[in-house]
Amino acid sequence: MLDINIEKKLSGFTLSFKQSVECQGITAILGVSGSGKSTLLNIINGLIKPDSGSIQLNGKTLVNIEQKQYITAQQRNIATVFQDALLFPHFNVLKNLRYGMKSIMEHRIDEIVDVLNIRRLLNRYPAMLSGGEKQRVAIGRALLSNPQLLLMDEPLSALDMPRKKELIRYIQFLAIEMKIPILYISHNINEVKALAQHVAIIDQGQLYRFDVTQKILEDDFLKGWI
Amino acid sequence: MILNDYEWQALYLSLKIAGAAIVFSLPLAILTAWVLARCRFVGKSLFDSIIHLPLVLPPVALGYLLLVTMGKHGVIGQWLYHYLGINISFNWKGAALASAVVAFPLVVRSIRLAIESIDIRLENVARTLGANQLRVFFTITLPLSLPGILMGIVLGFARCLGEFGATITFVSNIPGETRTIPLAMYTLLQVPNGEQSAMRLCIISIILALLALIASEQLNRWHKRKLAG
Repeated sequence: MLDINIEKKLSGFTLSFKQSVECQGITAILGVSGSGKSTLLNIINGLIKPDSGSIQLNGKTLVNIEQKQYITAQQRNIATVFQDALLFPHFNVLKNLRYGMKSIMEHRIDEIVDVLNIRRLLNRYPAMLSGGEKQRVAIGRALLSNPQLLLMDEPLSALDMPRKKELIRYIQFLAIEMKIPILYISHNINEVKALAQHVAIIDQGQLYRFDVTQKILEDDFLKGWI
Repeated sequence: MILNDYEWQALYLSLKIAGAAIVFSLPLAILTAWVLARCRFVGKSLFDSIIHLPLVLPPVALGYLLLVTMGKHGVIGQWLYHYLGINISFNWKGAALASAVVAFPLVVRSIRLAIESIDIRLENVARTLGANQLRVFFTITLPLSLPGILMGIVLGFARCLGEFGATITFVSNIPGETRTIPLAMYTLLQVPNGEQSAMRLCIISIILALLALIASEQLNRWHKRKLAG
């Protein structure tokens, strides 16, 4: 269970998010650009400190400002896949994959390489990869760090439609077959519809509604938004 | 162009002093550049100004300050001599220190620009993958700022080779100890008919500077090729 109850003052509004999310399957955070989604993601992974509040993951406190508790990003064991992959340009694919790899994942590297279909890319450098290939490597790199939660910040937004469809299959596979809990951030309703079981709508930094995807899609607010 | 003993001595001392100055100041320059590029703290502007002071201060004033602080009777120099037996006034080590101080802001500036040009999100990704600050620095920041470090080394080395004012003030003009190419040229220009020999040293300086720049450019291209796959 991921329990979030934080506040962070941003330019123009205050991000205020209070919600408990099951750590299984894919939960989406849906909102327009500039609504505070990415800031929320970076507060969860430890790159940004909230002004107040706390976050617990499976009972463990990641941050509690009032009690001066703070676990740094490198100790949280929460991997993040960003919008533009952000592979290390001076490492080849294999070195990128191994960067955050935990020793217990050593025997799974072959499995993950095959699942993501990136074996033929292992000796290439990021500059030689297409957008879709980069994102698959970024996902593999994140998985090999053996995270207890995988955050994805609009990972498909820079890809064309065929690559998006291809990557959606991989993400579904991770959540269903590999049982990796995923928090998926997006502004795209179709992606959310295809992937998520639960959705939180965030508007101007405020949680508007959290529910199962089907009910969320029927919300009048969203119809107006489309 | 075959060099005579006088020229060999000046060339050898110049390379030795500039090399030592860069080798010993580079780790501190990288650390300073990283602090200026990545850290926020009270008094950063003042710290930045102090680092860049040697760039605008007259070299003779810098040499004088080194003399009163690092000389055998200076505030720090006295302590170094008394407790550690280290004497850096009027020898090549002092010349290396003077060169290092003069070149320091140039080296820091090049490296700082390189670090600032690195996408900070790459460092953030490394942190979310479990890397601590030290690992992020050595595996991401340092390799990606390599072109800036190389440029800093070349600029700093060239500045050390040309250093005159601070060196002559701090460690004087001692043949075989502190008489580098610029000081040797100056000495030749003080004696009748020394112009031709000074010109030979001038040509040596130009060749050295060109070789350094070409080497830097080659290394830079190699690094870019590597990043492009």
